[in-house]
Amino acid sequence: MLNILVCVKQVPMVADLPWDPKTGTLMREKSPGMMDPASKHGLEAALKIKEEHGAYITVITMGPPMAEEVLYEAAGMGADRCLLLCDRAMAGADTLVTSHCLATASKTYCPDMDLVLMGSNTSDSDTAQVGPQLAEELGFVCAAYVHAISIRDTGVVVERICDGYKETLEMAFPCLVGVSTGSFHPRYMSMGGLEEAFDNPRILRIGAQEIGLDPEEIGSKGSPTRIVDVYSLATEKKNVVFKGTPKKVVDDLFERFGETIGSAAGMDIQEAHE
Amino acid sequence: MNRRSIWVFGDYRNYFQVRVTLQILARANELAEEMQADVCAIVFGHEVDEWVGEYIAHGAHKVYVVDDPGLKEYSIDIYTALMEHLVLQYSPDIILAGATSFGREFAPRVAKRLRTGLTSDCVGLDLDTDGNLVQTAPAFGGNLLSRIVTPHTRPVMATVRGGVFHERVHDYQARGEIVSIDLPDNFPKDRIHVISSIPQARQSQKIEDASIVVCGGRGMGSSKRFKNIFRLARLLGAEVGATRPVVYARWAGPGMLVGQADQHISPRVLFSFGISGAIQHTAGIDKSAFIIAVNKNPEAAMMKVADCAIVADANQVCLALIRALEKRLRP
Repeated sequence: MLNILVCVKQVPMVADLPWDPKTGTLMREKSPGMMDPASKHGLEAALKIKEEHGAYITVITMGPPMAEEVLYEAAGMGADRCLLLCDRAMAGADTLVTSHCLATASKTYCPDMDLVLMGSNTSDSDTAQVGPQLAEELGFVCAAYVHAISIRDTGVVVERICDGYKETLEMAFPCLVGVSTGSFHPRYMSMGGLEEAFDNPRILRIGAQEIGLDPEEIGSKGSPTRIVDVYSLATEKKNVVFKGTPKKVVDDLFERFGETIGSAAGMDIQEAHE
Repeated sequence: MNRRSIWVFGDYRNYFQVRVTLQILARANELAEEMQADVCAIVFGHEVDEWVGEYIAHGAHKVYVVDDPGLKEYSIDIYTALMEHLVLQYSPDIILAGATSFGREFAPRVAKRLRTGLTSDCVGLDLDTDGNLVQTAPAFGGNLLSRIVTPHTRPVMATVRGGVFHERVHDYQARGEIVSIDLPDNFPKDRIHVISSIPQARQSQKIEDASIVVCGGRGMGSSKRFKNIFRLARLLGAEVGATRPVVYARWAGPGMLVGQADQHISPRVLFSFGISGAIQHTAGIDKSAFIIAVNKNPEAAMMKVADCAIVADANQVCLALIRALEKRLRP
């Protein structure tokens, strides 16, 4: 039977988020969380494989205690076991350190994994770096942006669009696949599944020291990148507001910004004004 | 003593349309002047003289080339190993790569091997007073920007979004040093077996390079009304963009999808009609120089990031614009 590890992330549900201007990090506890959409597609891909070929699915997430929520959701959707990698010492990790923590935990708890599935990029930070970096540390071959997976005896055949090429690639197990959100539409969690997830939680909480991670080498301390500051794009915009009938707002628009539009279009809109 | 150097990964696939490598070379030249560093292009492939020449003409002082029949196709495994091999030999200060699909898969692997920091999809690169590279990158769905430094590890690595910097005018008189490196013996083979690789239609590149994009969302109301987006785009010589719900409803083709996981655009003017501004969409448009948003709801997220927010029915304003332009542009 295939051993599949799915990496998921809890992301904030709303677009306008409070962030700490001092540290430049997001105040995640101030907003409700949800399972990152791409992660959910990765889990769906794993569940499809389980249905067709049989598989044991372990779902792992790294995050604060509240990230446990997405693991209940994963269990409700059909994951066999869930791991919550949770430790204060891990806070503020960049992708290099995050991938190190995930790699260490998965080597400890899923030493026989054949396939790692995840979303190509998450909706909050969107670096798309953790997947390739996890593969690198595990020594796995990997492909991102994948929209179709078929399981073969000794590996997978995947399809993806990469830089305008439609590629069909074959990779041997063990390997890592990052899926795009264009396919693997996630199933709804059944009430029965959710009830079962709460009645019989198969969620294991893991701290840094249990898997031998040195607190000095993880979290923000161990991360090579530093956030200097974070600022809002919206505050840089003038944000001129026009209201009124369609004709009036269009006249206002041309009067005020006709030159901007005209120069981008390569035409003289101002001149033509009667 | 070794001179400092900024390396630019030569991502030549899809050249001529994709020019991000040339754009990075231009910015690297400006940074190199402040840092007193060399700008070096890195080219892996087979029969790559054309790209070597292009990069020198666009500002590379030096080009490290590994030219081998075994490198005819892009290979992430081999490129990663080669990059590590060269970095250990020449110790660059900075490595920049275009944030293409390939670049965003390749750079993280190199950074991991070198145990160094990497910032993805940068929209700004500057030097602070200590000479650190300050990398500006979109955060949290593109509504925020963070400035990131990599203070202690070298090289500093970043992927750079296309269309942010402007390439230099090519100078075919420019001279550059070419350093040819042989593919080391017993080099690891690619573990990915490419069964097929077929180029797709080029629509995607057009919208990424367009100077005006007219984007429509569900607020246009119907498939029929959405056609007005196409009419307006034709009048302006613009490309059409669409949100995910619109593409799912088949009002627009999948090649027009603009968003975080899809195409990122950076036009000089973006018209946004009836788009609420979910982060998945705004992350793909945040580099637009000037945004005009039309929405009935003044509180929509899209209206907040716009330079000009028009509170009105999207379709009616689209029609009024078409009429006005037809009148104004008539000879």
